[in-house]
Amino acid sequence: MKLHQQRRTFLKGTLAGGAVLAAAGLGLIPARLALAAWPEAAFHATSLDEALTKVFGSNALEASDKVVLKAPSIAENGAVVPITINGEQFDNVESISIFSEKNPTPFVARFNFKPGCLPDVSTRIKMGESGDVIAVVQAGGKLYSARTNVKVTVGGCGG
Amino acid sequence: MSEVKLRAAIKDGKCEVKALMTHPMETGRRKDKDGNLVPAHYIQTVELLHNGNLKMEADWGGAISTNPFFSATLKDVASGDTIEVRWVDNKGEKGAGSVKVK
Repeated sequence: MKLHQQRRTFLKGTLAGGAVLAAAGLGLIPARLALAAWPEAAFHATSLDEALTKVFGSNALEASDKVVLKAPSIAENGAVVPITINGEQFDNVESISIFSEKNPTPFVARFNFKPGCLPDVSTRIKMGESGDVIAVVQAGGKLYSARTNVKVTVGGCGG
Repeated sequence: MSEVKLRAAIKDGKCEVKALMTHPMETGRRKDKDGNLVPAHYIQTVELLHNGNLKMEADWGGAISTNPFFSATLKDVASGDTIEVRWVDNKGEKGAGSVKVK
């Protein structure tokens, strides 16, 4: 019984993998996008600690003024809050992530860098209400963070 | 396939890339005027490539603003090189754009 199940799982896995490879080979989907694992559990986490743990496997942040986080202190429109994060004072930065503590799901985005891309990104995020934005720079196996409060005068989630 | 608007300019030896996408970025929490939830529809994966090589890959949730913007900075980029951005959303829809560096 157990053997049968294992064999089925193995066959299923092989077939599914084969289908993805075949589709990628035919140029139907870019190989990397097809195989990238989007961290679903992290995006569904409803507290900052849970989100951090789901993203990094740890919520041990070390506050550092070498994490340069730029965000407006007052956002007139919570639907469009410009955020800039620079981690160039660290060596070998693996990723930069953004969290909005008061959002229903705090994890906003993660940017993963390959050699040749500097750890310097900007984007625009939604904030449901006033609260802290947390930037996390992952470098050398450690998590360095900066946080800043953004006062939102009009909410970003349809409010 | 939705078009990504891209700009790439070399400044002080680095290449600043700016990308603008057209996408509703629905979180799945917003209600329409009749009080019905608007289904989630947002970009999940974004890739930045330089001459076909992956340089940055991002995971996004619904909290990135509607019609998303991002900027990134690349080293070792020369005039005439190709910069490309691709995305895929939670429905499997895709977008892409490319630009030659001036």
